[in-house]
Amino acid sequence: MESKSSTTGNRDNPNRNLHGSKTMMASHFLRALFRIQQTSTSSSSAGRSRRIRRAAYASMAYSAGTRRAWSRALLRKLRSRARLRFPRRLSRAATPQRRDMDQAQVLRKLVPGGPSMDDCKLLEETADYIRFLTTQVRLMQTVMDSVSS
Amino acid sequence: MSGRRSRISEEEIKELISKLRFLLPETSRQGGSRASAAKLLQETCNYIESLHRDVDDLSDRLTELMATMDISSAQAEIVRSLLRS
Repeated sequence: MESKSSTTGNRDNPNRNLHGSKTMMASHFLRALFRIQQTSTSSSSAGRSRRIRRAAYASMAYSAGTRRAWSRALLRKLRSRARLRFPRRLSRAATPQRRDMDQAQVLRKLVPGGPSMDDCKLLEETADYIRFLTTQVRLMQTVMDSVSS
Repeated sequence: MSGRRSRISEEEIKELISKLRFLLPETSRQGGSRASAAKLLQETCNYIESLHRDVDDLSDRLTELMATMDISSAQAEIVRSLLRS
């Protein structure tokens, strides 16, 4: 549970420490940020924002590696240079309360690699994806806070 | 398709659902164990969508910040903050 390595066993341990992954995520993301700042003098700010966003998902995927279906799917998308899109639901008014089945389908569209997962795998992958996403968001917030202070 | 098991037990689903509930922010956890699976899935979808939005927003804000500040000069401070967090 307190293991520092994120690549050894314990993949079913719900309390698996993200320590090793966090470090990889941070170093990958920071390197990308420095590169983006240096090489983006002539591009639009929208373009730079897209690159940062891409770097965020890349750091998540690289630090999770190939252990997870969601990270494998993300890595495939990143390598194919395809646009990274996640579906956004329309306004709440347009989407009435749905049955169980439909919620699982909505979830499948939000988690990379979702469509090919059965319900059980979907729940596991979702939990892992959320852990990495929240870590990445906190990382970005920390960078924001420390640079702007 | 489903691997080793031909049938997923109720127990396993319950366990995965409680694990998932644990990951959602406090305000999304409604009514403890009485919350239906459907409600939990919906909250999970909402949460993931808000995290995706956070990544987008923070990317925009970092872009703005980097337009005026050289972040490599703030490297030491960034690393210090990360080690603290």
